Amino acid sequence: MEVTEKKEKGQEGVLKRIAGPVVTAVNIDAHMYDVVKVGHEELMGEVIKIQGDETIIQVYEDTSGIRPGEPVTNTGLSLAVELGPGLLTSIYDGIQRPLSVLVDKMGDFIQRGVSAPGLDHQKKWEFRPLVKEGDKVSPGMVIGEVQETNIVHRILVPPKVQGGVVKSIKRGSFTIEEVVCTLDSGTELTMMQKWPVRVPRPVTEKMNPTIPLITGQRILDGLFPIAKGGTAAIPGPFGSGKTVTQQQLAKWSDAEIVVYIGCGERGNEMTEVLTEFPELEDPKSGKPLMERTVLIANTSNMPVAAREASVYTGITIAEYFRDMGYDVSLMADSTSRWAEAMREISSRLEEMPGEEGYPAYLAARLSEFYERAGLVRTLSGKNGSVSVIGAVSPPGGDFSEPVTQNTLRIVKVFWALDAKLSQRRHFPAINWLNSYSLYLDSLHDWYDKEVSPEWNVLRSWAMEVLQKEAELQEIVQLVGSDALPEAEQLTIEIARMIREIFLQQNAYDAVDTFCDMSKQYDMMKAIKGYADLAYAAQTAGVSPAQIITIKSKNDLPQIKFIKDYKPELERIQKSMDSEINTLRSTA
Amino acid sequence: MKEYRTISKIAGPLVFVEKTEPVGYNELVNIALWDGTIKRGQVLDTSDSLVVVQVFETTAGIGKDSGVRFLGETIKMPVGKEMLGRILSGGGKPIDGGPEIVPEKRLDITGAAINPYARASPEEFIQTGISTIDGTNTLVRGQKLPIFSGAGLPHNNIALQIARQSKVLGSKESFAVVFAAMGITKEEANHFMQDFERTGALERAVVFLNLADDPAVERIITPRLALTTAEYLAFDLDMHVLVILTDMTNYCEALRQIGAAREEVPGRRGYPGYMYTDLAGIYERAGIIKGKKGSITQFPILTMPGDDITHPIPDLTGYITEGQIVVSRELHRKGIYPPINVLPSLSRLMNLGIGKEHTREDHKKVSDQLYAAYAEGNDLRGLVAIVGKDALSERDRMFLEFADLFENRFVRQGYDEDRTIFETLDGGWNLLATLPVEQLVRIDRDLINKYHPKFRQGAKAQE
Repeated sequence: MEVTEKKEKGQEGVLKRIAGPVVTAVNIDAHMYDVVKVGHEELMGEVIKIQGDETIIQVYEDTSGIRPGEPVTNTGLSLAVELGPGLLTSIYDGIQRPLSVLVDKMGDFIQRGVSAPGLDHQKKWEFRPLVKEGDKVSPGMVIGEVQETNIVHRILVPPKVQGGVVKSIKRGSFTIEEVVCTLDSGTELTMMQKWPVRVPRPVTEKMNPTIPLITGQRILDGLFPIAKGGTAAIPGPFGSGKTVTQQQLAKWSDAEIVVYIGCGERGNEMTEVLTEFPELEDPKSGKPLMERTVLIANTSNMPVAAREASVYTGITIAEYFRDMGYDVSLMADSTSRWAEAMREISSRLEEMPGEEGYPAYLAARLSEFYERAGLVRTLSGKNGSVSVIGAVSPPGGDFSEPVTQNTLRIVKVFWALDAKLSQRRHFPAINWLNSYSLYLDSLHDWYDKEVSPEWNVLRSWAMEVLQKEAELQEIVQLVGSDALPEAEQLTIEIARMIREIFLQQNAYDAVDTFCDMSKQYDMMKAIKGYADLAYAAQTAGVSPAQIITIKSKNDLPQIKFIKDYKPELERIQKSMDSEINTLRSTA
Repeated sequence: MKEYRTISKIAGPLVFVEKTEPVGYNELVNIALWDGTIKRGQVLDTSDSLVVVQVFETTAGIGKDSGVRFLGETIKMPVGKEMLGRILSGGGKPIDGGPEIVPEKRLDITGAAINPYARASPEEFIQTGISTIDGTNTLVRGQKLPIFSGAGLPHNNIALQIARQSKVLGSKESFAVVFAAMGITKEEANHFMQDFERTGALERAVVFLNLADDPAVERIITPRLALTTAEYLAFDLDMHVLVILTDMTNYCEALRQIGAAREEVPGRRGYPGYMYTDLAGIYERAGIIKGKKGSITQFPILTMPGDDITHPIPDLTGYITEGQIVVSRELHRKGIYPPINVLPSLSRLMNLGIGKEHTREDHKKVSDQLYAAYAEGNDLRGLVAIVGKDALSERDRMFLEFADLFENRFVRQGYDEDRTIFETLDGGWNLLATLPVEQLVRIDRDLINKYHPKFRQGAKAQE
């Protein structure tokens, strides 16, 4: 309770009007975004508008049966999350109630009027102090650590408390409520802190990102990379593979912590995540992926106001881990549902609508949210990052709608999903012509150093071929492929190889689901190798039909599915070499 | 219970009542007319000065002299074992001449959301006997898979065929069917009823009928009554329930009607901004719960206005459901039944229910290959229209022919033809065998050697 100032507590007012998730109370002296308890059942709500005597409240639970005249109590606190050991592997609803605890308390269906703290207050954690008596500590500094899963949970001095000299610090097993450290200023520190979700946690400095977030997805890492601390949007019509892409990122991105927000999405999909993640292994640590993951699941039929809050709950948890010095990636699926929750609440408030009924503050809310991403120097001087990847679900797949447009104005990476591609089962169905990454320049040096000095050149080459193919396809549509000049017939074939071998990736294949940078480089290089041979042979007089139909080339796609692909790749390259040479000698 | 005669305004399906005692939100309301008829409604907005009531039937006959009673509870549905075999109105009253339902329980019709943590992952393959569903858009128990259709297309027959043929491999138990009709014509309803009777399905069915001439607003509660019944059958009585909701387009129209009457700020095309949340409240009531034997599988049917898949109704539905089966006018015109266009169709849960443990190891790859080849052939049709068949390369011609074969052999089947999944997959292989083996890039060598007709026969000959 260090951060949320206590205002006058225990004020009671009276309900005046109930219309869906928005209720009006009178005789209550609340502040904006105060948490209030509504009705005899004490449903949780939040103040979203104050008008004369009337206080307008959005309620996080179903309001059926609530009557005018029932009491409303102001807690005087802002909507805050509990931060401390126990976050990892948790599954929360939009207002940080652990879903497993809710099952125990109220059965298989979500009932209302049940509160549950975000963290287990009874569980004891082994606390190892990292400072000693007499050390000076300030907000954001690490005072100790807890081995939470395979991740070390660093215990921080909360921002905004008064720092000072450590008077006493304990070692041993404690709950998150017990005081582990006392400062000479009188401040008592526990392993838990609270933070209001709508306020970004403070940092020393924001920096420009220079390292890519490696995701193991070829089209992302290879062509349109996102930086650690960067922002990306994946818009796409339904069925184009947004959720699969988001889940692939949650599984394989090389962040240390993953926060996954299922915001207004399908219940069965969350179940899939819940059953799959504990079984999957982190390719780096070999531990279950779940151990580095925090899940927030507010499905489409759970209360709409809690959906609005879920995104803030998620990003606050992400920032907390960033403050420990971790690289965190946050997936929000889908930000459109979040925007729709805003629209629904706004229309119940009878606010003047902006474009397509969305509130006029849509753009501001979106940019505030994405701006909470970034590579930062934390208060304690470490580097940490939050990368945000937001799915967008444009109605009818039309990218000109407000949520997509306002998102694109903010994010640096755009992965455009394409229903046409998914219909022909080209996955990931990311359109290579419309997508872009604005991080290419800042990541250039990293690829030079860590992958190969050739990589950036190869990438530009591949993009050129794909661009050229698009132009040629227009001609083919008019006159047929036989009418193309010979060299361009080859270009079409090479582009097809880039698409089918490099860009297509099978998320359900045990090997192909994750492809590291060196394999990506080898694959692209093999395609370029064939292209060089092919053009040379064509100039030497071999017909494109012969070059295209060489046998060994058909084996190339198979290396995607082979773990130790190198010997096979070498064999294929050698036989491609010799086949083309034979063709040339007979030409 | 106090009766108020303080109606101040009546607009469309809405009745405004003044000076009441505190009334609960969503509470059930009875309005008594001068001749004694009772109309039912629900509280949409409540404050100390004014209560807005949405009436489920027509407001004809309601006047300032009508008496309003607030029943002090939200709408409940009486449910019991004897519901199987019964026909009820869209408001839940028996209309088959039989006795009233003896309730074993009275359940809130809004239904609470299933806690995602309590859900079990759906993974049991349902064989519908239709190749385009089983083979390429596989349905699993606990899934919600809508049929996107258009006016005049045979979606009802497809739904009936699915209801009739659906089974889980290796299990003898059949599905209980909960059928909710919203605003369909009497003729359509008869078609369903006759088929249910013909096949004996009626004994295991609960039917809710809100027909085209029944009050539109009643449609708002019909699917909720049906799903409440389904939840009772599935989670209290351990049954596997198939819910057919038709036509969701009429439901959404009713939703728009109420929104307009309340003078709400409309969203896209006049539909209310909360339509996504509202539809989710219906569609999300499908699934399986850990530790319970039963399941709810949903088949909502909707007709896309103007065959437009980007219209808000199919659009929002597609974002909530786990895929969609798209019925195509073009295939229907070609005389192909069932005219399911696999290209825009999708089953999101397919991968959970197929493969070695559920169907056969080659299922996924065969399906992907069929899709890719058909998509390619279909694209070429556009090209042929411009440049003519002769300008195509030989490879292209093969794919073009493949597309025709696919429609005629794989898509086309009889109304009573019940194909096993193995027949479907082998049929797929036979089609793929018309293409050169090196074009089958989506299938690994091992599977080709094992299942491709050419090699399979070779293998047999060797034996």
